[in-house]
Amino acid sequence: MDINWFSADYLPWLILFFPLLSFLMIVLFTARNRIVSQTIALSAISLSWVLSLVEFYRVVWEKDVELGKEVFGSQVDWFEAGTHTFKMGVMVDPLTAYMLLMVPLACLLIFIYSLGYMRGDPHNSRFFAYISLFAGAMLTLVLADNMLMLFIGWEVMGLCSYLLIGFWFHKKSAYQAGVKAFMTTRVGDVLMLVGIGYLFVQAGTLGFREILYNEDMLSKLAGQTGIHSVLLGDALGWSPATLIGILLVIGMIGKSSQFPLHGWLPDAMEGPTPVSAMIHAATMVSAGVYMVVRMFPLLSAGVNFHNGDYSAAMWIMGSVGSVTALGAAILAVGQNDIKRILAYSTISQLGFMVAALGIGAWVAAAFHLINHAFFKALLFMASGSVIHSMEHGEHHAHEHGQHEEPHDEPDGLVMDYVAPPNDITRMGGLIHRIPVTAITMLIGSLSLAGLPFITAGFWSKDEIIADAYHGAASDPFPLFVLLALVIAAFLTAFYSMRMWCMTFLGQPRTPAAEYAGIGTGRNRWVKWWNGTRWGKQDPREVEETDRVSRLSAFQMELPLVILAFLAIFAGFIGLPEAFFGANPLHDFLAPTLLEEPEVFDFNFMPMLISMLIALGGLGVGWWLYGREPLAIGESDPSERALGPGIWKTLQNRFYIDYAYRKYIIQPAEWFAVNIVIQAIDKETIDGVLETIAELFTTLGETFKRFNRVVIDGVGDGIPEAIFGFARWFRQVQSGRIQQYLLIVTLALLAIGTLFILQLR
Amino acid sequence: MVPLWMYLVVAAGLFCIGMYGVLSRRNAVAILMSIELMLNAVNINLVAFWRYLTPERIGGQVFAAFVFVVAAAETAVGLALILMIYRRRQTVVVEDVDLLKW
Repeated sequence: MDINWFSADYLPWLILFFPLLSFLMIVLFTARNRIVSQTIALSAISLSWVLSLVEFYRVVWEKDVELGKEVFGSQVDWFEAGTHTFKMGVMVDPLTAYMLLMVPLACLLIFIYSLGYMRGDPHNSRFFAYISLFAGAMLTLVLADNMLMLFIGWEVMGLCSYLLIGFWFHKKSAYQAGVKAFMTTRVGDVLMLVGIGYLFVQAGTLGFREILYNEDMLSKLAGQTGIHSVLLGDALGWSPATLIGILLVIGMIGKSSQFPLHGWLPDAMEGPTPVSAMIHAATMVSAGVYMVVRMFPLLSAGVNFHNGDYSAAMWIMGSVGSVTALGAAILAVGQNDIKRILAYSTISQLGFMVAALGIGAWVAAAFHLINHAFFKALLFMASGSVIHSMEHGEHHAHEHGQHEEPHDEPDGLVMDYVAPPNDITRMGGLIHRIPVTAITMLIGSLSLAGLPFITAGFWSKDEIIADAYHGAASDPFPLFVLLALVIAAFLTAFYSMRMWCMTFLGQPRTPAAEYAGIGTGRNRWVKWWNGTRWGKQDPREVEETDRVSRLSAFQMELPLVILAFLAIFAGFIGLPEAFFGANPLHDFLAPTLLEEPEVFDFNFMPMLISMLIALGGLGVGWWLYGREPLAIGESDPSERALGPGIWKTLQNRFYIDYAYRKYIIQPAEWFAVNIVIQAIDKETIDGVLETIAELFTTLGETFKRFNRVVIDGVGDGIPEAIFGFARWFRQVQSGRIQQYLLIVTLALLAIGTLFILQLR
Repeated sequence: MVPLWMYLVVAAGLFCIGMYGVLSRRNAVAILMSIELMLNAVNINLVAFWRYLTPERIGGQVFAAFVFVVAAAETAVGLALILMIYRRRQTVVVEDVDLLKW
C-alpha cells in the first residue's frame, strides 16, 4: 500500500513517533552522553511540534472538506482477541486539533527550559529520556482513536509521572511522593479500566468513531437494559452508559487530582520543576479532563441536561469539581511553599474544568484546559526559576558568611515542611534580582487570577461562570456549582496576588533572597533596572558570569517569555460573540461531538461577576501584601486574620492526608502486617507448609535408614562376601611347588579312580 | 622267564619312590634326582611293554632313548636354575623359594 506519510490522515503517526523514538535512542544508545541525549530529545520534540503545526494547517485550511464534518485519521490492525480485531489508530477532530496546538508547544518549551534547569545534573540523560517518553505518551493519548490506545498513553504517563517525581530518589521524600502519586492514581485507573472493559462488553468496540459519533450506539448504551446484565447496574437500575460514565469519571478524578484522590499532587512537587510544569500542570493532569470531554456524549447519553436533567456522571463531576475548586483554593491561601501554592492552584483550576463538565459546558472546559496549561506551565517554570535563584543566593550568601543555619531535611514526606528555597516567607525583593521571571510570573498570576479583558484566564473562567449562571436560573445544581466557583475564583485571585507579592516585592527577608539570581545571566538587566531605580550601581555587587550560565539563564527565560505571550493572547480565540459577532473557538469545537453545545444569549451579569471577583481578589491581595510588603519578622497578614488554629489546619491540608494515613493506610498496613503476613502467611500458610515439610522430612529419614540398612547392606554385603571368600581362597596359591604337585597328584588319583569306576 | 607284571610292579614301586621324593624332599637337587627316578620308572615300563607285547617293532626302545635325552636336558636346565637361585639367595630349599604366591 502506498502511504503518503505527510497527508493529514497519516501525519499524526509521525507526531507521536518521534518522542517515543528519542526515548528508545537515549535509553539504548546515548545515555552516557548528555549532550547527544539532550540534542536527540530536543530535536524529536521540535519535529513533533512542527509536524503538529503542519497537521493543524492541513486539517483546518487545506482540505476541501470541513473539519468536524469529517474526521481525519487512519487505522492498522493491532491484535486479535477472540473474534474481535483490535485496531490501533489515530484521529484528528477539532478537539484533537486544538490540543495539538497546546501539547507539543508546551512540551517543547519545557524541554528548552529543562536544558537550563537541569544543567549540571548528573542524570541529565535519564531525565530527557523520561520526558521524551512522557511527551510521546501524551501525544498518543491525544491522537488515539480508541479507548484502549488512550488508556495506554494514560498509563505510560502515570509511569513517567512516578519516575519523574522520584527522579531524585536519593531523597526519601521524593520516592515516597512518587509512590504516593502512583498508588493514588492507581485507584482511579483500575476503576477506569473496569469501565473500559464494561464499555467493550456493551458496545463491542472501543473506537471513538463507532461509539461517540453513532446515535444508535449511544441510545443503545443509554437504554435501560444492557446487552449483558451486570449485577450492580441491574440492582440500581442503571443503564450501561451510566455505570461506564461513573467509572470513567472516577479514573479522571484520580488522574486530574480531584477530591478525594487529590492528595498526591502537592507532594508530586518533590520532582524537578520542569516536571511539575509539564506533567502536573500542563498535560498529564489535564489528560483526565480531555478524556472526559472526549467521552462526553457517552457520559451525557440519554439525558437532556439543557433542561436541568443531569446524568449520574455529571452529578459526580459537578459536585466533585466544585468541592475541589473551592477546597483547593482555600488550601492554596495557606501554603508557604511556592510550588505547593501552584499545585493547589492546579487542583483548584482542574476543579473548575470538571465542574464545568458537570454542568455540560464542555467547550468552556476545553478552553480553560488550554489556557490553564499555558499560564500554569508559565507559573511553574517561573517558580522553578525563583527556586533556582534562591538556591544560588543561598550559595552566595554562604560565600559571604551571611548564611543561616541549614535546617535538617525531614526524613520522608512531612505535610507542613517547607524546603527553604521554596519558602515564600524567606523571599522578598526578588524583582530586582530576576526581573524577567518577575514580570512573566506577574502575567501568569494575573492570567490565573483572571484579570478582566486582557488575560486568557479571564475569558475561559468567564465562560465557565457564564454557563453555570445560565443553568442556575432553572436548577439548584448549577447554582451550587456557580456559588462554589465564584468563591473559588475570588480566592484564586487573592492567593495569586499573595504569592507574587511575597516573592517579589519589599525588602529581601533572608540573605539568600538578597544574593538570589539564576546564574546571573541577566546582570545587564539587573544593572539597568537598578540603575533606573537608584541611579547608581547595585550596592550588592554584581558578579561576572561565564557563557554557560548565561546560556542556562537564556534557556530558562525564553520559554517564560513565549508562555507569557500565550497566557495573554490564547484567550482571544474564545471571546463571547457579543464582542466581535462570533466566538471562533465555539464554532471550531462545536462539531466535535454529536452533542451540539448550546449558544447562550450573551448576558452581562456573569461577566460582571467574574470581573468583580477577579478584581476584588486581586485588590484584597494587593491591599494585604502589595501595598506594604511583608517585612522581616512580620507574620503573614492572612495568618493574623485567620488565627493560628485555622492557619495550621490549612498548612496541614485540612488533615485529609493525616486522615488517609490514619484511617486507610495504617489499617491497611496493620492488616497487611498482622493479618496477612503474620496470621495468614507466617502462621497458617507457613504452618501448613512446615507441617508438610516435617512429614516429608521424617518420611525421607525413614527411607534413608531403609536404604542404608537394607539396600546398602545387600549391595555392600555381596562384594564383601566375595572379597572375604577370595581373601581366604587365594591362600591356595601358596607359592610352594610341592603343595601344587601334591594336589595335582591327588586330583589325578581321584580322577583316575573315577575313570576306572566309570569303565567298570 | 620273568612275567611282565613283575616289571610293572618294580616300575610302579620306583615311580612311587620318585613321587614320594618329589613331594617330600626339601632340597631342590634331591627333587631333581627324584624326578630322574620317576623318568626311569617310565623307561622300565616302556622297555618291558616293548619286549612283551610288540618285540617286532623298536618304538619302545626309541622312546626310552628320547626320555634319556630329555631327562638329561631337563636336569641341565634344572641344575642351572637351582644354581642361580643359590647364588642369589644362598639356599636350595624349595620352601623358601615361594615368591610366586598370592
